[in-house]
Amino acid sequence: MSAAPAPGAAAPADDVARSVGTKAWTPYALLSPGMLWLAIFFLIPTVMLARMSLSSGSAFAGDGTFTFSVKSLQWGNYGDAISKYVIDSPIFQKSLIYALIATVLCLAIAYPLAYTIAFKAGRWRNLLLVLVIAPFFTSFLLRTTAWSTILSDSSVVVQFMESTGMLNVLHAINTPDSWPTWTQIFPDGLTGENRVLQTPLAVILGITYNFLPFMTLPLFASLERIDIRLIEAATDLYSSAFTAFRKVTFPLSLPGVVAGTLLTFIPAAGDPVNAALLGAANDSLMGNAIDAQFKATGNYPLAASLSVMLMVVIVTMVALYVRRAGTEELV
Amino acid sequence: MTITIEERREQALAALPPHREPGFWARTNRWIRTHLVQFFAAFALLFMFLPVMIVVLFSFNVPAGRFNYNWNQFSTIAWTNVWSDDQITSAVKLSIEIALVATTVSVVLGTLIAFAIGRHNFRGRGGINLLIFMPMATPEVVMGSSLLTLFVTAQLEGSLGFGTITVAHIMFCISFVVVTVKARIAGLDSRLEQAAMDLYADERTTFMKITFPLVLPGIVAAALLAFSLSFDDFVITNFTSGQAVTFPMFVWGANTRGIPPEANVVGALMFIIALVVVLVPEVVKRVRKN
Repeated sequence: MSAAPAPGAAAPADDVARSVGTKAWTPYALLSPGMLWLAIFFLIPTVMLARMSLSSGSAFAGDGTFTFSVKSLQWGNYGDAISKYVIDSPIFQKSLIYALIATVLCLAIAYPLAYTIAFKAGRWRNLLLVLVIAPFFTSFLLRTTAWSTILSDSSVVVQFMESTGMLNVLHAINTPDSWPTWTQIFPDGLTGENRVLQTPLAVILGITYNFLPFMTLPLFASLERIDIRLIEAATDLYSSAFTAFRKVTFPLSLPGVVAGTLLTFIPAAGDPVNAALLGAANDSLMGNAIDAQFKATGNYPLAASLSVMLMVVIVTMVALYVRRAGTEELV
Repeated sequence: MTITIEERREQALAALPPHREPGFWARTNRWIRTHLVQFFAAFALLFMFLPVMIVVLFSFNVPAGRFNYNWNQFSTIAWTNVWSDDQITSAVKLSIEIALVATTVSVVLGTLIAFAIGRHNFRGRGGINLLIFMPMATPEVVMGSSLLTLFVTAQLEGSLGFGTITVAHIMFCISFVVVTVKARIAGLDSRLEQAAMDLYADERTTFMKITFPLVLPGIVAAALLAFSLSFDDFVITNFTSGQAVTFPMFVWGANTRGIPPEANVVGALMFIIALVVVLVPEVVKRVRKN
C-alpha cells in the first residue's frame, strides 16, 4: 500500500504532461493563486493561533491587547487549559470519546450504503449518489434542530426505546461516581431513564448524522475502484460471500475507511453545534469551550491553547495516515 | 444378491426427502439474507432523510407556543409570508451574496489547482496535497478561531463582516472544489485529447474543444457544492461575522427564542432548488437518449 503509486495519480499525470509538452513552470502558475489563498487564510492563521496560545492578555480586560514575547512564552495557558478542561471537567476526553463513538456509528451506517451504491445499485447509482449529498442542501442547523422533534420525550422513537427496555440499558451505561473526576464522561448514563434529548446519546446521534456524508463518499470512492473480478475470483475459489468480503473487499476498501475516519473523527471532535442544540446545558464539548472562551470570556490565549491541543491530535492522526498511505489518496 | 439398476434407482429416490418447493418463510428468509445489505442501506437513507422531512413538514406547522417542535396545525401561512419578515429576507440576501462571491472565486482557484494536480507532475506534490486536505479535516472551530486571531492581530476587528466572511468561505471551499474537479479530470480518457492532437488541433484548441467541455460537469458540481457549503456555514461565520447576520446566524440566534416556521420554508426551498438543479439535467439526458 505504501510503495505502489495510487491509481490515477502520479504516473498517468506524468504521461499526459509529457504528451501535451507543457513547460516546467505551468503547474506552479496554476497552483500559486489558490495555494497563496490557503497559505494566507489557513496556514498563517494557524501559526497566529499558536502564537496567541503563548501570549498574555484578554480581549475584554485592560486595554484589550495581547502581548507575545519569545522571552516569556506563556506556557501557563496550556496549564490552565489542562487543569480546566482535562482534570476538573473531562471535556477534552469527552469530545474525543463522543467523536470516536460517532465515527464508529458512521462507519457502521455508511458502509452498507456505500457498498450498495457501488455494487448493487445498477442504474439507480447516480440517483442514490445524489440522495447521499441531498441533505447537505438544507440548512444543517435546521436539520439538527429537527432531531429535537424526532427525539422529543413523546416521540415514537423514544416511546419505542422506552417500552423495549433499551433506554434502561443505555441509562445503565455510566461512569461510576467512585471514579476520579477526569474520567466522568457519562456521569448520568448514555441516556436518561425516559428521555434521549439533552443526553449524551442525542449529541452523539447528532454528530453521527452531521458527518455521515463525509464517511459515505470516501468509502464509495474506494469501493467503486475495486475490480469486481477479484471478488468473483474469490467466490470461484469456493470462498463464502462473507469470507470474500472479509479477505478481499474490506481490505481493498481500507483507504476509504481511513480517509472517511479522518474526515469524520477530526471535525466531529471540535463540533460545537450538536452539543449546544441537542445536549444538556452542562454537557459542553471542546467546540463549545473554545467558542465560549473566545466570545463570552474574551480569554483568547486560553481558547487558542485549547484549539492548539485539538490541532495536535489532528496532526498526529494525519501524520500516521500519511506515513502508511502517502498523500495521493487524501484529495 | 443382485439388484437391477432400476431397483437401485427407486431405492435411492425413496431414501431422498420428499421434494417440495421452499415454503413462504424459507423463501422470505433467503430473500432477506441476500438483500441484507440493501436493507441497511435503506435504513441509512432513512436516517439521512428523516430530519429533512421534518424540516419540510414543520414549515407547514403553526407552532402552539414559541417552539416549532411539536405538530399543531397545518397551514401554508409561513410559505405565503416568508418574504414579509425583514430579518429573514436580509439574512437570506446576505447569505446569497456571500455564497455567489465565494463560489466564483473558489471555483476558479480550485479548478486551476485541480488541473495542476491532475495533469502535471511537479516537485512538492505531497505538501500541496496535504495543504489541500487539511482545511477539510480541521474542525471548523479551530479554523474560525484562528481566522479571528488573524483578523484581531491585523486590527481588523472593527471591519468584520461581508469581506471577512467571504474570505473565510473561499478558503474552505477551495479544497472541496479541488477534490470534486480532480475526480472528474482523473476519470477523463486522455486518448480523446491525443486523438484531437493527432488530427492537428493545437494545444489551445484541444483544451477548449475537448478537455474543458469534458471537465465542465465536474466544475458545475463543484460550484453547487461550494455554494451550498458557503450558504450553510455557521461555525466559521460565527467567528468572522462581527455584526453581520447570515441565514445560519439568524437560525442560531432564533433558536433560543423559537425558530419561526418561515426559516423552515427557506430550508425547504434550498432543498427543492438544489434538487431541481441536480436532477433536471439528468432527466433531460435520459429523455434525449430515448
